[in-house]
Amino acid sequence: MFNYTFHWHQALRALPDMLWGALVTIEVAVLSMVLGIAFAVLLAVARMSANRLAYGAATTWIEVARNTPALFQIYMAHFGLGSFGIHLSPWWALLAGITFNNAGYLAETFRGALRAIPPTQTRAARSLGMGPLRAFWSVVMPQMFRISFPPMTNQMVWAILMTSLGLTVGLATDLAGVTQELNVRTFRTFEFFALAAVLYYLIAKAVMLGARLIAWRLFRY
Amino acid sequence: MFDTALTLKDLIFLAKGAGITLAITAVAVLFGTLLGTIFGAFKAQASALAAAPLTFVLDVLRSVPLLIQLILANAFQSIAGFGWSPFTVACVMLSLYTSAYCAEIVRGGIEAVPAVTRRAARSLGMTWAQDMANVTLPMALRVALPGWIGLTLGVMKDTALVLWLGIIELLRSSQILVTRLQEPLFILMITGAIYFLISFPIARMGGRLEARWREND
Amino acid sequence: MIEIENVRKSFGPLEVLKGVSMRVEKGEVVTVIGGSGSGKSTLLTCINGLEPIQGGRITVDGTVVHDPKTDLNKLRQKIGIVFQQFNAFPHLTVLENVTLAPRKVLGMSREAADEIAVKQLSHVGLADKLMVYPSRLSGGQQQRMAIARALAMSPDYMLFDEVTSALDPQLVGEVLDTLRLLASEGMTMICVTHEMRFAREVSDRVAFFREGLIHEIGTPAQIFEAPEKPETAAFLKAAH
Repeated sequence: MFNYTFHWHQALRALPDMLWGALVTIEVAVLSMVLGIAFAVLLAVARMSANRLAYGAATTWIEVARNTPALFQIYMAHFGLGSFGIHLSPWWALLAGITFNNAGYLAETFRGALRAIPPTQTRAARSLGMGPLRAFWSVVMPQMFRISFPPMTNQMVWAILMTSLGLTVGLATDLAGVTQELNVRTFRTFEFFALAAVLYYLIAKAVMLGARLIAWRLFRY
Repeated sequence: MFDTALTLKDLIFLAKGAGITLAITAVAVLFGTLLGTIFGAFKAQASALAAAPLTFVLDVLRSVPLLIQLILANAFQSIAGFGWSPFTVACVMLSLYTSAYCAEIVRGGIEAVPAVTRRAARSLGMTWAQDMANVTLPMALRVALPGWIGLTLGVMKDTALVLWLGIIELLRSSQILVTRLQEPLFILMITGAIYFLISFPIARMGGRLEARWREND
Repeated sequence: MIEIENVRKSFGPLEVLKGVSMRVEKGEVVTVIGGSGSGKSTLLTCINGLEPIQGGRITVDGTVVHDPKTDLNKLRQKIGIVFQQFNAFPHLTVLENVTLAPRKVLGMSREAADEIAVKQLSHVGLADKLMVYPSRLSGGQQQRMAIARALAMSPDYMLFDEVTSALDPQLVGEVLDTLRLLASEGMTMICVTHEMRFAREVSDRVAFFREGLIHEIGTPAQIFEAPEKPETAAFLKAAH
C-alpha cells in the first residue's frame, strides 16, 4: 500500500493555469446565475398567472429542471439540441444547462417568496399611480429578493459546483477542464484534482462570504 | 409516429442502466443515512469545538463538486492499492457525500425538538439512548423527513456523475445509444422521462406527506 | 368633485354596495360611519378604481372611473388613499417611501422629489425620521408616513380607510391630529372611521352606512344630535 510518491510541486507549478481556469468557472457560474434569476422571475410570475399556456410552459420547465439530473440538462443542450440543427459549444452548452437548472429551482424559491409578500403592498403601490410592472419592479421584487436571498446563495454555490460538469461535454478551459488537461499529460490525477478540490472549496467559501457582505450592505431594514 | 431505429433491446439496455442508477442510489442513501444520522446526532450533542473536525470534513464534502470527489476517490484507491471496482468507489463516495447532507438534516431535526421535551424524557429516568430512540428521534423525524426525501432524489440525480468512472448507469446507457443510433433528442427525451418517472412521484408523495403533517400540527 | 351614482358592487354572490349615491364637493370633508361589513371601505377602493364595480357610475372631476378608456394610473395620482394596514414599503427608508412615486410615476428628479418629501414628512411630524426604515417606526409613525407618501403626489382628494383601526389606543391621537390639520387646510377628504368624536369635529357632512346603502347623510349636528332614522340613533348609542 502507498507504493507511490506524491508529486505536489508539479501540481503547484500548474497553479497559475488552474487559477485561470477558476476564473472561467466563476464566469460561467455568475452568468448562469444572472440569466437564471431573470428567467426564474418570469417563470414564477407565469406559474402564478391565469394564462394556461404560460402556466403550462413554466410548469414543464420547472419540473424538468427539478426532476432530472443537471448533467442530463447539460447533455440536452449539448447533444439534444443537435436534432434541431443547433450545435452549442461545450461552454455554451454548460452555460445553457446550468442556467436552465438555476431558473427551475429559483422559480420555486421566488414563488414561495411572492406568496409571503402581502398583496396590500401591490395595492398600496397601485394606489400611488404605479402601473403593474412598476409596482412589481419597485415594490414587490426587492422584497422577493430579500426573502429569497439565503436559497439564492445556496444556488450560487450549486452553480459553481455544477460548472465542473463541463468536463463531461469536453470543456477544457474551466477549472475542472484545465485540471483534466494537466492530468492527461502527466497522469498525476490525485495531486491535480486535490488541488482543484481546494480551489473549489475556496471559491465556495468566497461565495458564502461575498453573499454575507452583499446581504449586510443591501438589506439594512 | 416516430421514425426510429430504437428497438426493444435498446429499451431493455436503458432499463438496465436505470437499474444501476437505482442500485447505487439505494446503497448511497442507506449508508449515507446511517452515517449521517450518527454525524448529525454527534453534531447536535457535542460542543462546537469537539465537532469542529467533523464539521470541516462534512463542509468539504458539500463544497467540492461531486465529480471531483469521485475522481479523487478513484485515484486514491488506485494509489492505495485497494483494487476496488468503479461501482464500489461510486458507492463509497456517494455514501460519504450523502452523509454530509444527511447530517445537516438530522441535526436540524434534533434541534427542532425543544430542550424542555428532552429534559422531561430524561427526568422520567430514560437514558440518553432511550430518550433518543423513544422521544427525540421520532419527533425529529417529522421535521427531517421532507428534507430527507429531497436528499434521496438529489442523490438519485447525482448518481449520473458516476458515468465518468465508466459505470454504465442510465445516462451513460443513453449516451451509448445516442452514439450508435444518432438520434440524440429522442433518446435523451426517453431518458429524461425515466428520470422523471422515478423522481416525480416520490417528490409528490413527500410534498403531500409534509402538507398532511402540517395539518395535524 | 366626486360623484357616486347608484353604485353596485359584489364579491361573488355577496352584494356589498347596493346602489350608493353621494356627491363630495371640492374642499369638503365627508366622514363615513357604520357597522363593520356595511361596505364603507369597499366604496373607497372603488373610487380610485382598485376594485371594479358591477353597476352605477363614479366620476372624479368629470372622468368616469370605471370607463375602460380611463387611465387609472393617471387618475390615481390625484386621489390619495391611506389604508388601515400601514403598507409601508419595508425595503425603503422613510424618505424613499415618500419619494418613490413622485420619482417613478411623475418622473421628478431626486432633488425635487426629496424637497417635496421633506416638506410633507415635516408636515406630519416625521422630519427627524427621514433615513430610518419603517420597521423602526411605531404604528402611528408608519401611518403618518403613509399619509405623507400619499400627499407627496399632490392629490386633489384624500381617502382615509379606517386609518386608526390597527393602532394601539395611545397612538390614535397623533394620526387624528394629522387628519385634522389636513382638514383645516381645506383638503377634500373622505374618511371611513370609527372615531365618532373625530367625525363630529372635522366633518362637513357625515354619512351613515347600513347594509350596503347610505342610510342617512347630513351635517354632524343633524346626524349626531337629531338623527331621523331609528337605526342611526341606535348605532350612535352603541358606538358611545
